[in-house]
Amino acid sequence: MHKFANPTRFFKACDVVYPWIILLSLSALCLGLYFSLVQSPVDYQQGDTVRIMYVHVPAAWMSMMCYLIMALSCGSSLIWKHAIAFSIARSTAPIGATFTFLALVTGSLWGKPMWGTWWVWDARLTSVLILFFLYIGFITLYHSFDDRSRGAKAASILALVGAINLPIIKFSVDWWNTLHQPASVVKLSGPAIHTSMLTPLFVMAFAYICFYFWILIIRLKAASNLTKIRAFEARQINIETELD
Amino acid sequence: MGRFNAILSRDFRLAIRQGSESLTVVIFFVLCVIIFPLAIGPEKGLLVRIGPGIIWASILLATMLSLENIFQKDFEDGNLDLMCISDFPLELVVIAKITAHWVTTALPLIIVSPILAIFLHMPFETWLNLIFSLFLGTPVLSLIGALGSAVSLGSRKSSLLIPLLVIPLFIPVLIFGVSAADANFLGIDSQPQLVFLGGLLLGSLAICPWVISISIRHALS
Repeated sequence: MHKFANPTRFFKACDVVYPWIILLSLSALCLGLYFSLVQSPVDYQQGDTVRIMYVHVPAAWMSMMCYLIMALSCGSSLIWKHAIAFSIARSTAPIGATFTFLALVTGSLWGKPMWGTWWVWDARLTSVLILFFLYIGFITLYHSFDDRSRGAKAASILALVGAINLPIIKFSVDWWNTLHQPASVVKLSGPAIHTSMLTPLFVMAFAYICFYFWILIIRLKAASNLTKIRAFEARQINIETELD
Repeated sequence: MGRFNAILSRDFRLAIRQGSESLTVVIFFVLCVIIFPLAIGPEKGLLVRIGPGIIWASILLATMLSLENIFQKDFEDGNLDLMCISDFPLELVVIAKITAHWVTTALPLIIVSPILAIFLHMPFETWLNLIFSLFLGTPVLSLIGALGSAVSLGSRKSSLLIPLLVIPLFIPVLIFGVSAADANFLGIDSQPQLVFLGGLLLGSLAICPWVISISIRHALS
């Protein structure tokens, strides 16, 4: 990891990965959508509504994975002062917030026909809603400091504290007996879903992960270019004031 | 322990001499509770049912008012720098300041809550559970709130920022606090909820002072 603390080397590696990640995410998305919307069987109870799962579940996984990546990079930026780490956290936050929003919206659309309501105050839904506000808090906190490095540290601390929410989300369906179904894919006794539905789900999840890295690279590059532009402008102002 | 008490008594003296601040929080709390019966109607059954929730939500909002002042003034006038430089552990300074905050803002709120319980027609058992849950829960609010206050030191609009940061973290306290007080209506035992609140208190007591002093050091450097 420390090898990539050098921004030049890091962005060179990004450039190598970038076209492949686009290719992978687009092909996985096409394959996954074909599998999930056409190939996969109709659920005997839910009918075609079950297909919302292929959009909803990967989004929910991503919302947690993004926070995990964010918290880990915040930790390494605080502990080892890794040069890229906070940049990754900062670029991940809006993506994670969007995935969380997507999970909440698709869940609500799935909940209406299945549970008969758009929203219930159950433990899983509430904890994911809190996750969404943690993302928003992180982004807002970072932007409310004039000194960016200070904002980075404050936001990192907040992200690490908020990570307490992750195990709560994961185990909320087991700890509290509520409307949201308990874990059916990632559990010790093996998945409780048939392979015909599990395969499209995993392909879609893979597509989402690749998509995340795709957007992350774009955002990282944009952030680095913005820093360069700011530095350039600052230099320009310095030269002008010296001339005056 | 001498210096811990010194910080504690300094903050008490500041709170007593400025007086108005603790009083403002109490008045805000009372007004907040009064607003609910006016907004949803004075029907007795309804008020009895949601009384604990009203009091907990109002305590949450009232606590929010006072959070900015935990560290902000000391940060601005340089007292925090001195506390940080001294060989007295910053973690203990933080615990002292949080204790002072709890005694000067949360304790008055708990003291006035019996009067408000009368306003809301609250039965005695509910009120007793509510008091227990407040005694266990409000220190957690002070601890987490101090964290929000420390993290936003030196930001541009900390008074707007702090609620945004701490409300999501307050939610577990609110849930267990209300369900402990509401146990009679929910038909559950209040003890597990109170034990959970105690767990939250011990957990945040272990984590928060440490994290707060890290963020204060970052803010001062």
